Amino acid sequence: MDRKSAVIQVQKLAGGYADKVIFEKISFSIYKGEVFVILGVSGCGKSTLLKHLIGLKKPLSGSVLIDGVDMVTAYGADRLKLLRKIGVMYQSGALFGSMTLCENVRLPMEEFTDLPSYAMDLIAYTKLKLVGLESYLHFMPSEISGGMKKRAAIARALALDPLIIFLDEPTAGLDPVTASEIDTLILRLSKSFGITFVIVTHELESIFTVADRAIMLDAKTKTVIADGNPKYLRDSHENQDVRNFFNRRSQEKTN
Amino acid sequence: MKVEYPVANREKLCVILEGDLCADSLGNIWDDVVKKIDSLKPALLVVDAVKIKYCDGAGVSFLLDLKRRQAQHNGNCEIESLSKEYRNLMALIGDVNDVSLRQDTVKAGFCRQLISDIGMFTHSQWRDLIEQLVFLGKFCVTFAKLIRRPLSSIRWKTVFFLAERSGADAVGITCLLGFLIGLILAFQAAIPMMRFGAQVYVANLVAVTLFRELGPLITALVLASRSGSAFAAEIGTMKVNEELDAMNTMGIDPVSFLVVPRVLAAVLVIPLLTAFNILMGIIGAWVVMISLGFTTLTYVNQIKDAVNITDLSGGFMKTFVFGCLIACIGCLRGLQTTGGASAVGEAATRSVVSSIIAVVIVDGIFAVLFYYTGF
Repeated sequence: MDRKSAVIQVQKLAGGYADKVIFEKISFSIYKGEVFVILGVSGCGKSTLLKHLIGLKKPLSGSVLIDGVDMVTAYGADRLKLLRKIGVMYQSGALFGSMTLCENVRLPMEEFTDLPSYAMDLIAYTKLKLVGLESYLHFMPSEISGGMKKRAAIARALALDPLIIFLDEPTAGLDPVTASEIDTLILRLSKSFGITFVIVTHELESIFTVADRAIMLDAKTKTVIADGNPKYLRDSHENQDVRNFFNRRSQEKTN
Repeated sequence: MKVEYPVANREKLCVILEGDLCADSLGNIWDDVVKKIDSLKPALLVVDAVKIKYCDGAGVSFLLDLKRRQAQHNGNCEIESLSKEYRNLMALIGDVNDVSLRQDTVKAGFCRQLISDIGMFTHSQWRDLIEQLVFLGKFCVTFAKLIRRPLSSIRWKTVFFLAERSGADAVGITCLLGFLIGLILAFQAAIPMMRFGAQVYVANLVAVTLFRELGPLITALVLASRSGSAFAAEIGTMKVNEELDAMNTMGIDPVSFLVVPRVLAAVLVIPLLTAFNILMGIIGAWVVMISLGFTTLTYVNQIKDAVNITDLSGGFMKTFVFGCLIACIGCLRGLQTTGGASAVGEAATRSVVSSIIAVVIVDGIFAVLFYYTGF
């Protein structure tokens, strides 16, 4: 692991709201090309942590460095440069409803590059083809299904060939076939483009398929209680709660 | 990022690419190479990729676009010395040769298009009219059912909450508008009246106009733009979020749950708002009259002569109908919402436009009715 370079460094991060700290003193690094999963039971702050990682929320203390730069203190051109390196897929897709899929994928390119229009169209096409939606180029988001929306959102996150892609619950609420399609897509993108993935999820199936490494947040101790390969965490982690989580058992059952 | 063309003729075009092939660096080069290909249409395009240090999705798209353009005029394309990694990326995306990126729109002739547009418009207006009638019927039936047990079946708490939001919170703006309109009306009227020495009748003019026409109308416009649109947006958002479906499956009728309280609230507050509006209008005109040198007593006496109880009640009668119309149209537009965020905005807009049109038409009908009944 040490030989690889860390693309995200989280140092002693405390997050949440001023009157309610959700987690504190969290430190970990995410390395280039890794598929990294953030886990935890509902309400432990997974989505909040994600918001801190992508710079939407200011940390209460500590810092998040993306490619060596602090997202919160970066301003103007530095911040834009940093934002180019990341792509985010939100839980519901967050596609712009008034634009076709092609226009949705084009938008970041229009903002950040000076490519000719036909080139943007072609790149948008190739991104949508990567996620298998090339025949829906001119559809509106309201005309496609939930799974397609998520895939289109991944295509939009890919638009500028980012270093890191953040996915918020990419397979939640999808049928097993579509969910496994998205898992395959994540693996393929990480393998062929070397993109680092940071995924918030609690779908065990997809964790075991895609994740190189996982951390687990805990609401009681407000810290990271486990860090490592998911299969290792399931079989031989010293904490019973962690093993329970991976083996889908509630505490009552084991007691 | 650099590009060179060591050979450039109709037989063969050589392109040497050097540096990073990514969205940032491709800005000018893409266009440059494409123009070269389009002007020469070479039989063979050779892309030398040995000096490419880095290539990402955009770079791969660029190479694929070159292949596509060659294929379009039956030329050949060879990409030499591209590293295996990037070859794999190209293979992953596959050929894009037969792709049409523009949306194919079927273009009908102008006349045909015109006729079909007129037909579509008429059809949609007709359907809208039917929907309005159906909605009105549904509302009447529901209301008649609820009014039999008014205390238990109507949600008065919601009614009063909505009345506060669309009534009490709107007092300020209604008063301000009333004051300004009274002021402007009196001032504008005073100038031509001065020529006939009839300035004292400015009071009569302002009073009659405000009581019979402007007071109710201005208040209705305020209600339509403030509350009607809010009703439409609120119910529209609920529809988009499937809250209305949830209500339906729980056996709760959206009309009795959402529409009736809103209509009641609107009908309850609009006469009061109108009263404020008229009062402030009278005060606005009073300011002008005082500055013209008349006494308050003269002004009040003129008003007492000019308007009587029928003017007042006629004006207020209209407001009930206006309030009912505005709330109904707002709710209906909300319930008609389909689709996403833009549909909610559209519902709000449509509610304001339809309400204003409806209010003006009904105002006209009232004018005719009052004329024939001598009210």
